[in-house]
Amino acid sequence: MSANQDDANLLEVRGLTKTFGTLTACDDIDLTVAKGEIHALLGENGAGKSTLVKMLFGTLEPNSGEIFWNGQAVTITNPGFAKKLGIGMVFQHFSLFEALTAAENIALSLDDGSPISTIAAKARALSYSYGLPLDPQSLVGDLSVGERQRIEIIRCLLQTPQLIILDEPTSVLTPQEADKLFETLERLRSEGKSILYISHRLEEVKRICDRATVLRHGKVVGHCNPRKETAASLARMMVGNDVQAVVRAPAQGIETAQPLLEICALSRKPATPFSIPLRNINLTVRAGEVIGIAGVAGNGQGEFFESVSGEVPQQDAASVRIRGKDAGGLSITGRRLMGAAFVPEERLGHGAAPRMKLSENLLLSRHATDGKVFVGAGGMVKSDAIYAAAQRIIKAMDVRKSAADPEAAALSGGNLQKFIVGRELDRRPSVMVVNQPTWGVDAGAAAHIRQTLIELARSGSAVLVISQDLDELFEISDAIAVMHNGELSKPLPIAEATFEKIGLLMGGAEPGHAEHALETS
Amino acid sequence: MMRLELVKRPQRSMLFSALSPFIAFVLTIIAGAILFALLGVNPLKAFQIYFLEPVSQVWQLHELAIKAAPLILIGVGLSVCYRANIWNIGAEGQFILGGIVGSSVPVLFPQFEGPLVLPLMLLFGMVGGAAYAAIPALLKARFNTNEILTSLMLVYVAQLFLDWLVRGPWRDPKGFNFPQTIQFNDSAILPELMPASGRANWGFVFALVAAVLVWMLMSRMLKGFEVRVLGASPRAGRFAGFGIKRMVFFAFMLSGALAGLAGISEVSGAIGQLQPVISPGYGFAAIIVAFLGRLNPLGIVAAGLVLALTYLGGEAVQSALGISDKVARVFQGMLLFFVLGCDTLIHYRIRLIGLAAPTLEAAPKLEEAR
Repeated sequence: MSANQDDANLLEVRGLTKTFGTLTACDDIDLTVAKGEIHALLGENGAGKSTLVKMLFGTLEPNSGEIFWNGQAVTITNPGFAKKLGIGMVFQHFSLFEALTAAENIALSLDDGSPISTIAAKARALSYSYGLPLDPQSLVGDLSVGERQRIEIIRCLLQTPQLIILDEPTSVLTPQEADKLFETLERLRSEGKSILYISHRLEEVKRICDRATVLRHGKVVGHCNPRKETAASLARMMVGNDVQAVVRAPAQGIETAQPLLEICALSRKPATPFSIPLRNINLTVRAGEVIGIAGVAGNGQGEFFESVSGEVPQQDAASVRIRGKDAGGLSITGRRLMGAAFVPEERLGHGAAPRMKLSENLLLSRHATDGKVFVGAGGMVKSDAIYAAAQRIIKAMDVRKSAADPEAAALSGGNLQKFIVGRELDRRPSVMVVNQPTWGVDAGAAAHIRQTLIELARSGSAVLVISQDLDELFEISDAIAVMHNGELSKPLPIAEATFEKIGLLMGGAEPGHAEHALETS
Repeated sequence: MMRLELVKRPQRSMLFSALSPFIAFVLTIIAGAILFALLGVNPLKAFQIYFLEPVSQVWQLHELAIKAAPLILIGVGLSVCYRANIWNIGAEGQFILGGIVGSSVPVLFPQFEGPLVLPLMLLFGMVGGAAYAAIPALLKARFNTNEILTSLMLVYVAQLFLDWLVRGPWRDPKGFNFPQTIQFNDSAILPELMPASGRANWGFVFALVAAVLVWMLMSRMLKGFEVRVLGASPRAGRFAGFGIKRMVFFAFMLSGALAGLAGISEVSGAIGQLQPVISPGYGFAAIIVAFLGRLNPLGIVAAGLVLALTYLGGEAVQSALGISDKVARVFQGMLLFFVLGCDTLIHYRIRLIGLAAPTLEAAPKLEEAR
């Protein structure tokens, strides 16, 4: 292979393969990124996108395959070498120290011994010139997620990379913040830099990317020009078949329905220096409706879920009311016994114990509510009854698995989530609170889970869904409220809600005074 | 050049879960053989004396049961703690306190006799052990102190407390100033099982019963499920509504009660009075027993017998070959080291990777590209 032919390609990857045990995360991947293009890497969660870029950045070692940089074969053994080549990376999960300032965090990664004041000045200049204003002296712990991402981007740019890899950058941004990011990316492209843009969001890929490589189950299923494709055709390439649309019949008579979950003046002090306090949250969810809570990650959703579920009980018993009775002082078990069910954000280690069987994980959340069925005299566990119930849920939710009763960790994310949601639905709860119902779940399973949540509400339960995925909330909610900095806005009925209105609220446009904020904006 | 790589298994290996203690035992034997050879002793002869001779006669099996009983009792209790991810290292102290509190009955009321004495002593022993274990539990639940440190430090407090008692207030007035209490009266002595053939007492039966009961608790009951969930994934345990603080008390006090029972059984069975030292380190050796038995109560019965043998073997090589009986501690240490090492095989498999091949292939390509 002569080097001259590849001149236009900054990066070329041939036959890259990575296996973890029996799983082939990346299977014979080919990819080229030209100079001065924004190249999308599209694929569902678990398609192998992150594994691929980790190999490009030197944090994982490929089992086989070649990487060419400017036509030269290279072996990227560590991130330091990748940086020297000119590859910069902005991770999905930030690697910042919250107790240090932005400038200190940048200095740590530069590792060239220049004084912090010089770095701060450089960072400030660079940030303003790219329209990403940043105060280098501010503590990371005080910054919003969007601002933290700016630090990551600035520190990447300070190393003057030729290729910038961005892993799901908009998943933590409001729509308006995302617009700003896109302007920056276009500016970088005009300067001749290349960008590898990882995403599963089709609209933004169509909007800013020149070319796209689509991955499915670790294999490249196609290269295309996203501008010439439709969102539906891209989705088909990503998923492999058409995804069934979620059907939502309009809710009727909600105004007069009985409130099943009431949250009145719920406040909570921050548990750690960097967690978010909850400030005077009020919300009512009535029988038959789905209320969505939107918000950028880290604005108090986790704390809110803990408080509503009773993992952390409240001082004020009236701050959470379930089916008209005070529940604020009760534990999660007490609230479950009142008819509530909960699905937390983290599947492994929170919603399920990874190294326990599915049947044991069924007992995890239902040992008290189904005490008579699952637990016999003297605290003896009835494993037969539990096994049968687990199989019933597996069948009802179409959970795909390799063994009859596998460990939770052996299931794919989507299948485990179907089981965890199914475990609660099986009880027919009258109140269901779900945090990030389809995070990291493949499109088919996500549609199934969303549909079951709508059906649960229509059968007379109150459903509260916390999600960062706006598309999802617009698909399933009857009204959407926005959480920002520990405060919750009034729910906007779905008929009045638009991406723009919700986006403004996510950015902090006076939560709690939704209408007023919209008038002035 | 070769390189070893650990590859995570998708599921834990049942095969190596069962094999790992045996591999560890073989590795211990090999390392032990080297040790004996370095000491200038024929390893084969040493092993014969160490492992076979101590169990060649019936009365010696009784001695084995006497040594194994406390190890099993304590190990079974510790297994509950360790499954709950709670690190009680202070069983030695709980053993001693069990011995002290249980002995308070015959020492303070030597005239009190009858069938009630022994049950009362055993009960007191369990209460004493549990109460002493409640101290690190309270410190952990209340102030979030590290239970490894507090429980370990309380061992030395217990040892010195016992030493003071037998030299001071509880010393036998007719004992020629020896640091020991009076001999317990007959109704305060734990009876022997089969006096015709050897000394083994009811302590061994207590150990077997405790092992079976704790096995039922851990594998069949909701409380055991709670222990396992909180140990493996505390956050999932909190989601399940299980309280971690309650669990700290439960695990500590259960293991403390069993260690206390072991302590009073040892004092009233094998010794018959309180002395400055009542344990050759059972509370620490039981940690090895718990892990060697895979934290499974039934496995712990087998592991307890193995560890008991290392004690007897240590005494045997000392008298037969003149090697220090501290060699028993060395064997115990090696056994624990190899067991923990072999446990890696349960979650990982080892892959050999030749480094030479890829580097040779890569070199010409680089030149080609230039």
